[in-house]
Amino acid sequence: MIYLQLWWSFVQIGLFSIGGGYASLPLIEHQVVEVHGWLTASQLTDIITISQMTPGPIALNAATFVGTRVAGLSGAILATFGCVLPSCIIVLTLAWLYTKYHDLGILRGILEGLRPAVVALIASAGLTILVSALFVGGVLPRSLSDVDGVAVVIFAVSLFVLRKWKCDPIWVMVGAGVGGAAAVALVQQIVMPLVAG
Amino acid sequence: MDKQKPTRTAKLYLTLFLATFQLSAFTFGGGYVIVPLMRKRFVEGLGWIDEQEMMDLIAIAQSSPGPIAVNASIIIGYRIAGVLGALCTILGTVLPPLIILSIVSMAYAAFRDNAVVSLVMECMQAGVAAVICDVVITMAQKICKQKKVLPVVIMILAFVAQAVFHVNVMLVLLACGVVGAVRYGREHHQEGGDA
Repeated sequence: MIYLQLWWSFVQIGLFSIGGGYASLPLIEHQVVEVHGWLTASQLTDIITISQMTPGPIALNAATFVGTRVAGLSGAILATFGCVLPSCIIVLTLAWLYTKYHDLGILRGILEGLRPAVVALIASAGLTILVSALFVGGVLPRSLSDVDGVAVVIFAVSLFVLRKWKCDPIWVMVGAGVGGAAAVALVQQIVMPLVAG
Repeated sequence: MDKQKPTRTAKLYLTLFLATFQLSAFTFGGGYVIVPLMRKRFVEGLGWIDEQEMMDLIAIAQSSPGPIAVNASIIIGYRIAGVLGALCTILGTVLPPLIILSIVSMAYAAFRDNAVVSLVMECMQAGVAAVICDVVITMAQKICKQKKVLPVVIMILAFVAQAVFHVNVMLVLLACGVVGAVRYGREHHQEGGDA
């Protein structure tokens, strides 16, 4: 019974979270905290923190986290399956329609209007991430001291490497994380004491 | 208009699975981060989907319910290798969060307070921002190169609506779709009138 509830809750979360990202958050909160009481509000906040620190969409992360708490590994799998089921059905239908009709004039017109919008939406999300990565506190800087110098250097080097050599972004991201952290640690542990001494 | 799709062999399905698995395992920050990465992998890296089609697929993934990363992987898998392809890409997308979160939820407190982990995460964010910038530059260049006024105007207005006024994403997409349809209707009407 608990399995069915878990599955059905996440089917609803998958079905009604339109717009992606944090759009699913109120739905998760409603199902998981208010209706079933599987998590407390502060545990839900923990999921958001985890989601920011780990890969994957927040809805899927929540599905695994809640599923594991409620019914172990099989709970996690069921909740994840429930969460992606509406996507599978709806997107496959749309994909089939697209394959069949994308040469249709009116649809071409609509898609031509949507293409620049997609670029704009990605740019807007990129701006949010840029601001939160490069500036202390994640808001637009009021003075120079609000700028995270290390992050700016990592950002500039990464962008240069990407534009210049068109390499695989995954390695750029991993390199930025590991290389950046190593550089910061090096400066803090070795250079700073030397300068101070 | 369509790019030549690759032959459907076991190796193709494995490549689809591995490509989405890698992307999902290393992509922090949800839909808008993974979508540009998928574009880079499938359009520039593997060359199985052309730029125009990719933007259509992203628009469809964006307007459907559910996580965008999942939607995008389903539709890309389907376009490259049918339903079985979609099955491979969705498995690749879903497994990493399932595995990682299972581990993390067991050791959550230690993970959250680990200084090294949070330092690496912070530095990685700057790298992620660079990747998105790179993709946006490439995509915007392609829009501008069409040398048409309307797409550029739509792009700028949609950006302002979203970044400055935080207009609902669905409304932005709906409005742009309507503008596209109206423009098509008008051109079509004029052609009909001239003939």
